[in-house]
Amino acid sequence: MSLLEVQNLEVSFVTRNGTNKAVDGISFSVDTGKITAIIGESGSGKSVACYSLLGLVPRPPGRIDGGRALFEGRDLLQLEERQLREIRGRDIAMIFQDPMTCLNPYMTIGKQLMEPLRYHRKVSREAARARALELLEEVGIRDPASTIDNFPHQFSGGMRQRVMIAMALINEPKLLIADEPTTALDVTIQAQILKLIAELQHKRDIGVIFISHDLAVVADIADTIVVMKQGKVVETGDRAAIFQHARDPYTKKLLAAIPTDSKPPQALQPEPLITVRNLCTWFDQGRGSEPVKAVNDVSFDIHRGEVLGLVGESGSGKSTIGRSILRLVPVTSGNVNFDGTDLTALQGRELKQMRRRMQMIFQDPFASLNPRMTVYDTLAEPLLLHRIENRKTVGQAVLKLMDDVGLARAFVRKYPHEFSGGQRQRIAIGRALATRPEFVVADEPVSALDVTIQAQILDLMQALGREYGLTMLFVSHDLAVVRHLADRIMVLYHGEVVEQGSGEELFTHPQQAYTRQLLQSIPGRSLLA
Amino acid sequence: MTSQQTIVDISQAEQGTSLWHDAWLRLRRNRLAVLGLVVLVLFTAIALLTPWIAPYSYQAQNLELGASPPSAAHWLGTDIFGRDLLTQIMYGGRISLAVGFVATSVALLIGVTWGAIAGYVGGRTDAVMMRLVDILYALPFMIFIVLLSVVFGRNMLLLFLAIGAVEWLTMARIMRGQVQSLRQQEFVEAAISLGLSPATLIRRHLVPNALGPIIVYTTLTIPNVMLLEAFLSFLGLGIQPPQTSWGLLISYGAETMEEYPWLLIFPGLALAITLFSLNFLGDGLRDALDVRGAKD
Repeated sequence: MSLLEVQNLEVSFVTRNGTNKAVDGISFSVDTGKITAIIGESGSGKSVACYSLLGLVPRPPGRIDGGRALFEGRDLLQLEERQLREIRGRDIAMIFQDPMTCLNPYMTIGKQLMEPLRYHRKVSREAARARALELLEEVGIRDPASTIDNFPHQFSGGMRQRVMIAMALINEPKLLIADEPTTALDVTIQAQILKLIAELQHKRDIGVIFISHDLAVVADIADTIVVMKQGKVVETGDRAAIFQHARDPYTKKLLAAIPTDSKPPQALQPEPLITVRNLCTWFDQGRGSEPVKAVNDVSFDIHRGEVLGLVGESGSGKSTIGRSILRLVPVTSGNVNFDGTDLTALQGRELKQMRRRMQMIFQDPFASLNPRMTVYDTLAEPLLLHRIENRKTVGQAVLKLMDDVGLARAFVRKYPHEFSGGQRQRIAIGRALATRPEFVVADEPVSALDVTIQAQILDLMQALGREYGLTMLFVSHDLAVVRHLADRIMVLYHGEVVEQGSGEELFTHPQQAYTRQLLQSIPGRSLLA
Repeated sequence: MTSQQTIVDISQAEQGTSLWHDAWLRLRRNRLAVLGLVVLVLFTAIALLTPWIAPYSYQAQNLELGASPPSAAHWLGTDIFGRDLLTQIMYGGRISLAVGFVATSVALLIGVTWGAIAGYVGGRTDAVMMRLVDILYALPFMIFIVLLSVVFGRNMLLLFLAIGAVEWLTMARIMRGQVQSLRQQEFVEAAISLGLSPATLIRRHLVPNALGPIIVYTTLTIPNVMLLEAFLSFLGLGIQPPQTSWGLLISYGAETMEEYPWLLIFPGLALAITLFSLNFLGDGLRDALDVRGAKD
């Protein structure tokens, strides 16, 4: 018998605008010693389904309409809050997405680790502390004896996630629910955490539910994969079956969305459009302390018509390079030459003239559009500002731009909040391309989007890149995406370039240890050709 | 949103629902707020039309009548000079409401501009501008008003200015906080990278997005200002006879409240109803403009 058997679970939310069925009759099971991955886009109901098992969906507005969830023979959905509380944290534990917000910043991690133990098992303080030390050691915290009395802010994101895992495991649960536990982490850290979860699960012989939006993440660790879409399970199967013989069209779409190819090499134009020499961007930390060297002595060229991929983990300075070139952050020293003009020396009118020729696409389409402006206002603004169109002709130009980025013309007078993430990113791309720039910095343009939408936006960017003859600096933490899109890749580490080369070179013959580590961290490496 | 018909001109496109419109729809569902709004509109209309609709002339006295309780001829009674109280309240409302709206507008204009500039420019400019705000905050308000009236004599314009000069400080702080957090947003960076000038950027991108809390604070400032005026008039520092205001009427009423209670009750009621309405409207606006309650 399975550890957890969910049958026909139905959960809905009652809101002012009617009832919304979030989970629509799903069934799945989790076995002891196995990892079951639940995959789906945002809004597919994957998290709601798991949260409702533990009574963690607020009711109202949530409502469980039916189904059963048998955990060791007991139906979780029928239990009272008091009984559920006993199971939560003792028999079933959870790991959440964001380790930054899930730890209490005013309690040492030791106290937080001991809390569930003292609450559920009533053990002595000394025994609890010993157990906490043991677990910290097990999840790979270096020197637990001296760090156990530290506060959460003294740990990095990856280390905090390890602490969270230790906290989840401290009561020896039989089932672990991990809700996107690596989404907020860097690629290399993600790989370590995935490995840790797989190891611990194997060693302790527990069942794991791994919730993720990304098939690639679970490609190496899941035993069973459940694919969800709009509250329903569309396909269930073991890993091999899903990856090799997916039957459902949606699963196939998800698989196709994982970029696995490398951009075919093309001859570079001899003349670079942009030359960056000895660029330094330091941020002052106030009097007395050392400045943060976000970008430190970086030199490179971008050739006309080329897509240069810039990869690195968070804090490596990759976004700052893009912003420095565009003069969105003040440059400390060095120079940036754009088609014969030194950008770092420009001021006022001259700078405004140049801004027309270089634009930026931002990461978060929810933050990068002014919520008070319609699509029309957003797209017309650059056209009117740079006098590319006048008041009479701008309407037609805006509609043409919407055609280009694949937005229905009928939406022209809608506001950003009326669009989905993918559509918003299309608007943002339209705004960036409105002035017909030669050069575009794309800063993680797809990392906030669902996987299938990601693929569409990448396709759009590729097509527009060709149509507009764009030169692009593509900043991303996702090597697979960069390899798919970029002609050359530059690897950044702590504000310095460690390696650059074509995607093919870098993937087959990485020269630097850090590059090799990055490559090994790509989730679902086995899928890459 | 699946309509795919191709249109050739933007005027054919369906108008989207702006956040303002959305907030208005939510406000309309709040009965108390709507009631408050209706009362305010009514009072404002009455105040504007007073010279034409007042039952008696402002100067008309009837010393023989003296203070008489409410009757068919004088709905709200008369004061000790035999003047119609309803007429007095209507004329007093003109002054009270004018002080409320004008002083608040002054505060709004100065505060929003000041706060937006300080928040956007940042650095040393911000530090200097906000220290000035701190200094003004620290001035004892009563002494400030007394000093002003000693130096310049008592007039209404001065009263507006004095109240406005105090109330804009909080407005500036709120605006600065809003602008500082908005500055971090990517759409502001996008606007900079388009080449927008700082003035246009503040006007088009920052102010409209910061306006929500400002509007709420405005509706809560007006009652504050009206109370201040009433308080100052009560103390004899504000409006001077022959002009009158609700505060002044309340002050007179209080002197004779044992013999002629209606002289205190009715002006007090007029002020209370207005303040309640403004507060209900302010609460309603706060709920309606709160993005957390909004969809998405």
